[in-house]
Amino acid sequence: MITAAIWPALDYSRVPYRLYHDAEIYAREQERIFRGPVWNFLGLDAEIPNPGDFRATYVGDTPVIFNRDRSGTVNAFVNRCAHRGALVRREVCGNAEQHICIYHQWCYGLDGGLTAIPFRRGIRGKAGLAASFDMGVHGLRPLRVDQVNGALFGTLAADAEPLGDYLGAPILGQLRRLLDRPVRVLGYNRQRIRGNWKLYAENTRDNYHASLLHEFLVTFGLDRSTQVGGVTMDPRHRHNITWAEAGSDTDEFARQAYASARVRNDFLSLKEPALVTFHPERDDKLNIAITSVFPSAVFVQISNSLAVRQIRPRGVDEVEVFQTMLGYQDDTPEMTLHRLRQANLVGPAGLVSMEDGEAIEIARLQARSRPQHGYRARRCRRDLRPRLPSNRRAVTRILVVLR
Amino acid sequence: MRIDRAAVQDLLAEYGALIDAAKFDEWLDLFAEECRYQILPRENFDLGLPAALVFCDSRAVLEDRIRALREANKYNIHTDRHVIGLPRIFDDPLAVEAPFAVYQTDQEGETRLFATGLYRDRLEAVGPRLKIRDKLILLDTFAVPSLLAIPL
Repeated sequence: MITAAIWPALDYSRVPYRLYHDAEIYAREQERIFRGPVWNFLGLDAEIPNPGDFRATYVGDTPVIFNRDRSGTVNAFVNRCAHRGALVRREVCGNAEQHICIYHQWCYGLDGGLTAIPFRRGIRGKAGLAASFDMGVHGLRPLRVDQVNGALFGTLAADAEPLGDYLGAPILGQLRRLLDRPVRVLGYNRQRIRGNWKLYAENTRDNYHASLLHEFLVTFGLDRSTQVGGVTMDPRHRHNITWAEAGSDTDEFARQAYASARVRNDFLSLKEPALVTFHPERDDKLNIAITSVFPSAVFVQISNSLAVRQIRPRGVDEVEVFQTMLGYQDDTPEMTLHRLRQANLVGPAGLVSMEDGEAIEIARLQARSRPQHGYRARRCRRDLRPRLPSNRRAVTRILVVLR
Repeated sequence: MRIDRAAVQDLLAEYGALIDAAKFDEWLDLFAEECRYQILPRENFDLGLPAALVFCDSRAVLEDRIRALREANKYNIHTDRHVIGLPRIFDDPLAVEAPFAVYQTDQEGETRLFATGLYRDRLEAVGPRLKIRDKLILLDTFAVPSLLAIPL
């Protein structure tokens, strides 16, 4: 049984590897985090425009369906038949008037309510379910659904606080900024990484690695730790925004700063510079904004590439990063093409993201072989980036350093 | 145009062999000056969505990706093995469809199936040689294992 005794030090300066490969901890996370009082990103309003449209998603490793009913309301429910636990809706997406489980054809409405059972009253007056059987309590387990500018969130906990309170003002600001006009889904990509889901969740908040692991960022001048940028968290330090401003450092400054790192810094140039060309789409200068929403969503702007990622745990030792690539409904054909080109930067083949797969897999191998050890976390009061203008808040956070 | 089936099959065989041998300059030489190369997840293809994992709408982007592979990207250490199936060849314009599988073997000699899918190529004659003008790789294995660095 897992107790606090697995922590080498109770000031959180050492993190036990065991957190990343223990089945009991994983099961507790599913129960107390994902099925607990958090809001999980489900999908986008734009993915289910018409009544009857549905899409499969996950809350932790629990399969969930979200759909739009006849009145236009978005419902979400656990995709598990009340009868034998089978997957009710097997397709990933589509349009339907109801959801029927193929096993015994139990039929559920678009609100997840149980509407029909074959042979409920038996055959020719014999057998069937007891008269006291109440269909009303055997629907699919519902989630409470709310949204921010079309980003749908769901919770399985009756006592979860309102979505706006859960996210906090800085995160609400970023979501409203990214989703400030109707979106268009350009496509999906998936990366299956052999490692615990938390290794990915922490990766998106780890600013130390960005320009060192993803050397393309520096080598081709897209993003450097020498730029003006920083980290902002919500007041309760659950969620995280990593941000940077375009063109806010010089090549010379960057060369000096990176002299001690083994990162190629002669800033090669591309034959197709559009790959790293930023066309500002709003009044601020942000060209990098990575908003991690605990536990499992990441809203991403990298240059003109926009996306939302869902972290899907698949057992203790595997995670799928499910990414939805976005554009806006009012994009010109040129901007759409530009986003499709910049999609080369992200995803499992991403020029600035592919390496996360390797980094997580090499971290996971070490962790599994040394369960009794921990890695050292160092509390750091200063951001690695240059001091920000005084009207921005300084941030205190833990920088995790692998020794 | 009379289809030279042998030339088409030779091109496909070269294509896989050059990637597996990591001879990317020679691999680039299989492409026409004006070319396109895309790796499209099957789930996007089925839904009519355009976002690709790798999107090279010009030779310049293709060359940039190879350069990034050499100069910047890091990825799992492995060897690739392409197994390209019998091609179906269509005339006017010259097009080829061939199923493929790519296996990856790590440093400990453990092999896994990395990807399978369908090549949909448009070819063109450049002098005596047959070259690739447009390659669309329909990726059945769109839940990409680990990461995708080396061309498929």
